[in-house]
Amino acid sequence: MDTLNLLASGFAVALTPTTLMLAVAGCIIGTMVGALPGLGPSNGVAILIPLAFSFGLDATEALILMTSVYYGAMYGGRISSILLNIPGDEPALMTTLDGYPMAKAGRASDALVLSGVASFVGATFATIGLMLLAPLLARVAYLFGPAEYFALYLLAFSTLGGIASNNQRKAALASCIGLAIAMIGLDNSTGMARFTGGNLHLLDGVDFLVAIVGLFAVSEVFVFIESHGKSTAIGVKIDKITIPFRDIARTSGTMLRSSVIGFVAGILPGAGASLGSFLAYMGEKAWVRDKSMFGKGDARGIAAPEAGNNAAAGGALVPMLTLGVPGSGTTAVLLALLMTLNITPGPLLFTERPDVVWGLIAALLIANVVLLVLNVPMVRIFVKVLSVPPWILLPGVTMVSFVGIYSLSGSYFDLVLMILFGLLGWFLRKLDVPTVPIILGILLGNAMEDNLRRAMTLSGGEWTYLFSSKIAIGFWIAAVLGFLAPILLSRVITKPKGHVEPVGEGTASMDSTPSPDDGTGARGRDSDGP
Amino acid sequence: MSDRLFGLVVVIASVAYIGSALQIQTSFMVDPVGPKTFPILVGSIGGLCALLVMIKPDPEKHWPDGRTWVSLAVALTVLIAYAYALKPLGFLIPTALAAGILSWQISPRIVPAILTGLGLSGGLFLIFKFVLGLSLFAVPRGWLG
Repeated sequence: MDTLNLLASGFAVALTPTTLMLAVAGCIIGTMVGALPGLGPSNGVAILIPLAFSFGLDATEALILMTSVYYGAMYGGRISSILLNIPGDEPALMTTLDGYPMAKAGRASDALVLSGVASFVGATFATIGLMLLAPLLARVAYLFGPAEYFALYLLAFSTLGGIASNNQRKAALASCIGLAIAMIGLDNSTGMARFTGGNLHLLDGVDFLVAIVGLFAVSEVFVFIESHGKSTAIGVKIDKITIPFRDIARTSGTMLRSSVIGFVAGILPGAGASLGSFLAYMGEKAWVRDKSMFGKGDARGIAAPEAGNNAAAGGALVPMLTLGVPGSGTTAVLLALLMTLNITPGPLLFTERPDVVWGLIAALLIANVVLLVLNVPMVRIFVKVLSVPPWILLPGVTMVSFVGIYSLSGSYFDLVLMILFGLLGWFLRKLDVPTVPIILGILLGNAMEDNLRRAMTLSGGEWTYLFSSKIAIGFWIAAVLGFLAPILLSRVITKPKGHVEPVGEGTASMDSTPSPDDGTGARGRDSDGP
Repeated sequence: MSDRLFGLVVVIASVAYIGSALQIQTSFMVDPVGPKTFPILVGSIGGLCALLVMIKPDPEKHWPDGRTWVSLAVALTVLIAYAYALKPLGFLIPTALAAGILSWQISPRIVPAILTGLGLSGGLFLIFKFVLGLSLFAVPRGWLG
């Protein structure tokens, strides 16, 4: 078996002491990042990337560290959902529906263990799915020419918009802002300066790490100042961790079904973990006959979204690695990491850098086991993390962001640009404009334009070339449908209202339904979902 | 109202963006698309979306009150000052001040804010310097002679 050989070589990379240590460290940091409301996967990963560079990690090591953080954050998000009824990150929103009632009923530890096991099932399923599916998809991606890639990017923007916001005008606007920012700097093919206003710092373009850290992390400070850091520190005590074997056995079918749903949702470009957990919960509710306990602490209502969200997190890595199209905010941040490391995701990655791909897959399998240990027997440690008050957390996050960006470039200009992006992020969030499409635009803008120009060069300027293959036409149709579907569906289905303001991954707020306290409380971060 | 204003700002910005795209110099080796088309396309779509936002705005947002605006302005000033102070003044002093002031803006209690500033400044310095090995200066370089 070819796959097994490759996986074995992956384990050879992942089992060196350094990488193993990084995976464990990433899992611990990730779980904390996920658990803390106000710090989600996308901004958590974003502020750590510059530090990973300064630390001098090589490509594989940096990727393993960051994806461990990413997986860890997906596990950690549930902790505050269950204990505080505040999702630690956006995909954990659905877990509040049954997790918090169960905790209120005195079964907090059961809920934590059950959701930890469900996360493990979902994430492991998705990692195995990634292992089997990604090489196949990479082979298909060889068939893609510039016209197909252009249509694929368009598809990513249109579906991301649909999920990230309930206002397609604003989502499309956000994509355009990102694309417009990406155009700044020297034009790739002619070498002419564009939109620099004569500023020398802008010739290289806007560094996407600066934009990401600004939009995701620095903007959080403004959000918390506005809300006066409504304290999330509530004395939560967990006496003893017991394992609810009966609930686990009873929900094993739920976990598997939800893993499949979540994984598929994660693969869709632009969709991500929030969609995964949402669909898994809704799917489970439709599947079971006795729905009376849903919303009141049903074990299946905890297992489904957690398995779905973690499976989607793994699924979102598939398009990111094989096509270079991130499925969500956090995978967009991971794509930024790859691009900064000079690794071009895409089919060639699988043939030219199998060490990176298979090392990553093996590391993710190991990380899952580590996370299961951290999140079941040792979950009490992370419960303590919840008592870090925002007035310590947010200044800390800001200082780490500054030092990270400063250590990357050492320029005042980038720091000030980061602050301006932070301010922009706060304004946009107030206006319900999602910020993930902006990041995606900055990341993909140049590639999108290059592919358009290459396609036109190939065809001698004939625009119909963009629709000349079946694959391209398929992407165009999917893009149009993906863009229109939320507009049509929103008339039919009303999205479930969380009873809490979304905290954490935010913009992709599924429930960006303006709630009375959206003003102060739109702490929804962006993203991510993975 | 805020959506209409925001839409107007973006419409103006996209017109300016398209105008600026038209000024881009083309070189002799030009492909059929050239460096102008894509930005113009992006600017037009963006402007169109902004127009739609103006025509059909969302319900009015809840904007902060005057005191909160002051807090936000203070935070912005502190962050920009911090960006410029980090290099000449070293890590410890600007970080303690900036972290303390930010903490105070989030939760207006003076003693915890001071402790947060001092703690973060010292703690992060140790982590950055000795765990991550970043080359940071603790204090202004002049003090070291």
